[in-house]
Amino acid sequence: MRIKVNGKTHEFDGDPNMPLLWYLRDELGLTGTKFGCGAALCGACTIHRDGVAVRACVTPVSSVGDAEILTIEGLGAEGPHPLQEAWIEAGVPQCGYCQPGQIMQAASLLATHPDPTDEQIDQSMNGNICRCGAYVRIRAAIKATSGGTP
Amino acid sequence: MSGVENVSRRRFLVGTGAAGGLVLGIWFLRSSRPAAPEAVAPALPSGPAFEPNVFVAISPDGTVTVVCHRSEMGQQVRTSMAQIIADELDADWSRVVVAQADGDEKYGSQNTDGSRSVRRNFSRLREAGASARAMLVSAAAAKWGVPASECEAGLHEVAHGASGRVLGYGDLAEAAASLEAPSPDDVVLKDPSTWRYIGKATAGVDVHEIVSGQGTFGMDVQLDGMKVAVVARPPVLFGRPARVESAAALAVPGVERVIELPALNPPAAFKPLGGVAVVANGTWAAIQGRRALDVTWNEGDNASYDSGPYAEALMKTARKKGRVVREAGNADEALRRADKVLTAEYYVPHLAQAPMEPPVATAHVTNEGAELWSSTQTPQVTRREVAGALGISESDVTIHVTLLGGGFGRKSKPDYSVEAALLSKEVGAPVKVVWTREDDLRNGYVHSVSAQHLEGGLDAEGRATAWLHRTVFPPIGSTFRNGMTLGGEGELSQGFVDNPFDIPNMRLENGEAPAHVRIGWLRAVANIYHAFAIQSFAHELAVAAGRDPKDMLLELIGPPRIIDLAALGVKYTNYGDPIDVYPVDAGRLANVVRVAADAANWGRALPEGRGLGIAAHRSFLSYVATVVEVEVSAAGDLTIPNAWVAIDAGTVVNPDTVRAQCEGGTVYGLSCALGQLTATEGVIDQANFDTYRVARIADAPRAIDVTIVPSTAPPAGVGEPPTPPMAPALCNAIFEATGKRIRRLPIADRLRA
Repeated sequence: MRIKVNGKTHEFDGDPNMPLLWYLRDELGLTGTKFGCGAALCGACTIHRDGVAVRACVTPVSSVGDAEILTIEGLGAEGPHPLQEAWIEAGVPQCGYCQPGQIMQAASLLATHPDPTDEQIDQSMNGNICRCGAYVRIRAAIKATSGGTP
Repeated sequence: MSGVENVSRRRFLVGTGAAGGLVLGIWFLRSSRPAAPEAVAPALPSGPAFEPNVFVAISPDGTVTVVCHRSEMGQQVRTSMAQIIADELDADWSRVVVAQADGDEKYGSQNTDGSRSVRRNFSRLREAGASARAMLVSAAAAKWGVPASECEAGLHEVAHGASGRVLGYGDLAEAAASLEAPSPDDVVLKDPSTWRYIGKATAGVDVHEIVSGQGTFGMDVQLDGMKVAVVARPPVLFGRPARVESAAALAVPGVERVIELPALNPPAAFKPLGGVAVVANGTWAAIQGRRALDVTWNEGDNASYDSGPYAEALMKTARKKGRVVREAGNADEALRRADKVLTAEYYVPHLAQAPMEPPVATAHVTNEGAELWSSTQTPQVTRREVAGALGISESDVTIHVTLLGGGFGRKSKPDYSVEAALLSKEVGAPVKVVWTREDDLRNGYVHSVSAQHLEGGLDAEGRATAWLHRTVFPPIGSTFRNGMTLGGEGELSQGFVDNPFDIPNMRLENGEAPAHVRIGWLRAVANIYHAFAIQSFAHELAVAAGRDPKDMLLELIGPPRIIDLAALGVKYTNYGDPIDVYPVDAGRLANVVRVAADAANWGRALPEGRGLGIAAHRSFLSYVATVVEVEVSAAGDLTIPNAWVAIDAGTVVNPDTVRAQCEGGTVYGLSCALGQLTATEGVIDQANFDTYRVARIADAPRAIDVTIVPSTAPPAGVGEPPTPPMAPALCNAIFEATGKRIRRLPIADRLRA
């Protein structure tokens, strides 16, 4: 089967039940997508499937079909995404492990809600755990980007 | 005893950035205090008061390479260490690169814990930078044939004012490399008013890589021919496999081996738990293989552990007289004569560090030795334990430190690195051991459960006259020595025996508690439960006395003074630092209370359902007060619109990092009030983030205001101190909002109508 990741098409002939997370990480070397829980409970593995945030750890490779998969490596491939710039500006990352997932989730939020309310931020981002507790800055960085995202 | 040596003469090669060129190496030996015994490098010619330190290199192209010997786990230590050196070196920040040190005693202690990276390295890193600057100045003076006193370092260059000549650091590196290092007594440090980077908010050096997914964490290590192992560990501590059916696991495509690890005998220490490893050609296959593995366990004695009845037993112990660890006046007599007596019991459950990146390490063991890439807070301990487990010399073990996806104390224990080493040796290929979240929560080194009993006496004016406090918890020492049931000096020194309250009659006691799981450090450690009980009880006394809680807290802390614990006969470890340099200062504690309260506009009227709570605590030599504003809906939904944190951490290197740690530490403290690990028949009940609750964005304070108290005092801890005051401030605020007193954590659904 064929899988499109960050604009490139790859041939895949492994276990079709394998979560996309492990295909991206172990086989394509795209390690920006992180493993945190394996059960869609923490958001560290958040990627885009046709522009919508999904958890790669519970997305079987076989379910991807013709969808376009975008990872953190692809998000800023043609210059940093405004969220990545806002993340730097606000000094969001502490350990940084969850941040690719946070940014992918926030990018998906802004695609549908360019100027999200606090409640919409809570709702969209609540599945993404940050154990360093950078939530105040995550919120600030999303707000700083509001209205300015493509 | 010079602190600087010429590195090229020692044939010490820099791994990053400067290879191939002539380098000026600064290898600094001076220590501001005697090193801990394990941190002394035996090969050094120096006495025990000296330890090897950090390494700086300047290459001919002018690049300054700073080796960070501490582990990066979110506290921006790679940035702060570099700031200190670059400042005294007068280096151009844009030309400074940071290389991560391998585990090696030549750096001094690399244990990244105890909130001590800055405070234990501040002076010697400053001296290292200043020495390098002095050598560059000498090199320039020699080239120009003028006295060094006529030359001055500017930004990344040395100038001779009289002739207007200037040479860049890169141009001077070769000449400086041939110079003798100056004597430490001749090293002149900059006046703090001229600091370029120390005290200035500085962006993290890794932030670009992080936001683009390019940072290499332990989980991201990939080697040619690497296998991945996932291990079925005994569900009960010291259990062992009775029967292993591996056929189904071996039938999973990609699974290559099923390997039984050596059984663990007490004490657990830093050793692997044992169990059965599934080794595969990828992570998913290894996870699937473990799922297919059928292991019957001999559980052993700890299968008796049920945390519910255990909690009640701890409470019972806390009600009885224990070992007295501090006493002044006569608390019993004062309680009898008090106008009002208050009794309260507090309970804090087991907690998990739960870093976002679970424990992970990759090892490649060959006949030549072992090479590891580990997400570790303690590379030297890892090196020692790996060498011991493989039966080889430490000099044949190399520990590379990756970025850590959080640590919080879990990654101070090298058990998972030893697993990787043992499996690599067995398989004959590089092996990455991946812990799943289930492994992390079920097989961890958990934060100690604790029960505390307090009695307080108030006189007719509402002043506290008596304080009795008993703390009971299975100690961390039980992990390292069989049969330990009493609190260690370190734990009792974490916010218990150093009680700052000015109460004439005080008795502090500790009771016994046996451990049935591995007990380990978690961010702020024993301060979490001690601050929770003391700061909650202070609020309860205020309520009983009909006093404003902030005023009552200030009265309890009493007048500005240094609390002389030694005079009270108290054994106090003071986080391993000298008490004369870092005294227990009631004035600084009271000050942060006032600063936080002022920031929160304490005393203002609040709408129905809202409340303000306050708590203050000294830990890791810093003083933090936290004010929390909560809103509790009629249905019992808790939200936190605001929190205010005031920290006095002495001199701070990177104020933005200090703010971030106060924000994050507050959220971590909130998680301490939300989550719990419980055990049934010795098995931890929680396995993932559905049952182990941690703070999410909607739980966290919507805004956190941080005030850093300006100070020229020596630098103190930052990573841990913001955590302990959060849970009591929160529960005090909940009481103000609802009248409901949370004495047992987690809060859970206790606020529901």
